[in-house]
Amino acid sequence: MTAPLVSLQNLSVQFCGNRKASALNAVNIELGAGEVLGLLGESGSGKSVTLRTLLRLHPERSTKIQGKIEVDGHDVLALKGRALDLYRGGTVSMVFQEPGLAFDPVYTIGQQITEAIRAHGAVGEAAARAQALHMLERVQIPQARRRFDAYPHELSGGMRQRAMIALALACQPKLLLADEPTTALDATVQIQVLLLLRELQRETGMSVIFVTHDIGAAVEVADRIAVMYAGRIVEQATVGDIVRTPRHPYTVGLLAATVGAEHRGQPLQAVPGAPPDLAALPPGCSFAPRCAHASERCRREVPPLESKGGHAVACWHPAQPVAEAA
Amino acid sequence: MNSAPHTPSPLHDRGGPAQPLLVVRNLKKHFPVRGGPLERTKKFVHAVDGVSFSVPKGKTLGIVGESGCGKSTTARLIARLMQADSGSMVFDGEGVDEFGGIRLKEFRRSLQMVFQDSFASLNPRLTIAETIAYGPRVHGMPAAEAKRQAHDLLARVGLAPEQFASRYPHELSGGQRQRVNIARALAFDPRLVILDEAVAALDKSVQAQVLNLLQELKAERQLTYLFISHDLHVVHYISDYVMVMYLGQVVETGPVERIYGQAAHPYTRALLSAVPSMDPDRRTESSPLAGDPPNPINPPSGCRFRDRCPHAHPVCEATSPALISLPGDPAHQAACHLNDPASGHPGALPETQA
Ligand SMILES: Nc1ncnc2c1ncn2[C@@H]1O[C@H](COP(=O)(O)OP(=O)(O)OP(=O)(O)O)[C@@H](O)[C@H]1O
Ligand SMILES: Nc1ncnc2c1ncn2[C@@H]1O[C@H](COP(=O)(O)OP(=O)(O)OP(=O)(O)O)[C@@H](O)[C@H]1O
Ligand code: SF4
Ligand SMILES: [Mg+2]
Ligand SMILES: [Mg+2]
Repeated sequence: MTAPLVSLQNLSVQFCGNRKASALNAVNIELGAGEVLGLLGESGSGKSVTLRTLLRLHPERSTKIQGKIEVDGHDVLALKGRALDLYRGGTVSMVFQEPGLAFDPVYTIGQQITEAIRAHGAVGEAAARAQALHMLERVQIPQARRRFDAYPHELSGGMRQRAMIALALACQPKLLLADEPTTALDATVQIQVLLLLRELQRETGMSVIFVTHDIGAAVEVADRIAVMYAGRIVEQATVGDIVRTPRHPYTVGLLAATVGAEHRGQPLQAVPGAPPDLAALPPGCSFAPRCAHASERCRREVPPLESKGGHAVACWHPAQPVAEAA
Repeated sequence: MNSAPHTPSPLHDRGGPAQPLLVVRNLKKHFPVRGGPLERTKKFVHAVDGVSFSVPKGKTLGIVGESGCGKSTTARLIARLMQADSGSMVFDGEGVDEFGGIRLKEFRRSLQMVFQDSFASLNPRLTIAETIAYGPRVHGMPAAEAKRQAHDLLARVGLAPEQFASRYPHELSGGQRQRVNIARALAFDPRLVILDEAVAALDKSVQAQVLNLLQELKAERQLTYLFISHDLHVVHYISDYVMVMYLGQVVETGPVERIYGQAAHPYTRALLSAVPSMDPDRRTESSPLAGDPPNPINPPSGCRFRDRCPHAHPVCEATSPALISLPGDPAHQAACHLNDPASGHPGALPETQA
């Protein structure tokens, strides 16, 4: 078996500034080349922290990182100087929920993409401009030539999101980190951007970690889904297994609480309670206070993530997969 | 609710059950936009452009449409947080702020709003019990009674008063804060509650709790909801009627089953099919709607949807389709030439086929 493109081993991240928080707790993730992983979880579960750690974007002084990150043979936590610069944006790049974070308002879209291409390769100005224009066409921005000279605020939300994808893909990264790229968009534009991401992934063969709290969006783009809860991966499996035979009570609850037409006229099955405070995680399973199946052991010991036949779950009492009716 | 004898609001049912709670006619709001210094004519964003609808008592009207189509502006105009350029409203059979109609002050009390941003709408220096009691006190309720009512309401929205009453907003989660906002709205004993993306910021597992609460409260208190949301699943779940807006206008409205089952406007059909598939073996293959909505400063002539519509015909450019009732259910209305046999659109259904 070839080594995976990305491997996070026992990754823990603690913030120790004036707000203390154990944002990630012994996270293990592996991702093969060309694979798309959906990272699914609620607000505050640690999805963005995972991506920012992969890009080494946390302030060093107030962040304690333990464990290991390997991407394409690099020991990411040991990267420094020029090697780190080339890694960011070259090997790995990121798309954010809010395009304002990626674009500088005082330069045109075209200038910024051109600049990014030049920063990562020995390319002349004219060639870089041509390549930047080509990127805008590839992300299906209508009238790309005209939009090349537009400032970020002159584009609609959906178009800015496309332009940001063009910027992220300009240097042909091996890994794309997408942090809720469609959450701020309308349903109609969201589906356009999801289809675009899927198409670009197929064309380029890059790997993608797609962060979302919307299971529907994950189903549209991902091969596998990892479910996060309070800084831990609680379940990981193929998209089909997660949707059809979820095993962690949290995943089961999340799917049951997802509103569908069939629920009309009856109460929804809500998961009671709220996610825990990361500064004071419960000693055992962090879902135990909200879980209908919690036992003494659940409240005492953290369940390990155990994998069987490619379906991993961290729970002392996982739901048994029902034997499929023919 | 087990509790407090509500001081009967001055506004209890007057028009009888058949009278819609709210009737809105031809509401308009155009926002002036600053043009360049050399531009001679002033430009306007046609945010709400002739919106008419009604909401039956005790029902929920869901409002959907792309970002910028005028949903929130419509809500603000109804709540009188903003002055309309023109249009009129009838609340339970009486004109709002008209001679002989209901006074603005009474109307404002019987209508409450809950917004998406649960944090911005709470005063950080008041405990949540104080926040809930504040409005009724301003309206003259004695302090002790206002406090008791606040505690009852907290219990009703699922926040144990002994645990939560003295907390400040930053000590609550998003879902808990949204419950406080709902409790505060209920403190006025309103008849109409406008929920503008009220569950959008909540996590899925918490969102279901709040939706259940809203449904229970509606049944208990005969509330009428205007429910604005981007989430087409949630709108389907909670609404009795649905209104679809496009670029400041109503393009279709009707009972929820008709809208989700037999939508008559091409825009509605595109919008409703833009939901992600939940089946990994049958993913969405193509996007139902291309392009962006047109510029609201200079809306297209005729049907505003025409340059994105697969059925557009020269008649769509020449005349704007009126919102007309469809065969089978007069409450189901759409504004598309395809539904009007007299429109001259070659694809229009012949009159006989009803
Ligand atoms: N620099 C920081 N200092 C302290 N705490 C932080 C910092 N960055 C993130 N956190 C905390 O870490 C937790 C995980 O945050 P993260 O942004 O990863 O959540 P998320 O899963 O991306 O949620 P969302 O869906 O809301 O974006 C949160 O509780 C957050 O408050
Ligand atoms: N105070 C204002 N001044 C100028 N333009 C405004 C103002 N408020 C809203 N608009 C414009 O009016 C139009 C309708 O906005 P509105 O907020 O009602 O849309 P919406 O349907 O609620 O959208 P969203 O789904 O994004 O909340 C938009 O083009 C918006 O930019
Ligand atoms: S009126 Fe014409 S352009 Fe508008 S939705 Fe109907 S067919 Fe399409
Ligand atoms: Mg995040
Ligand atoms: Mg709005």
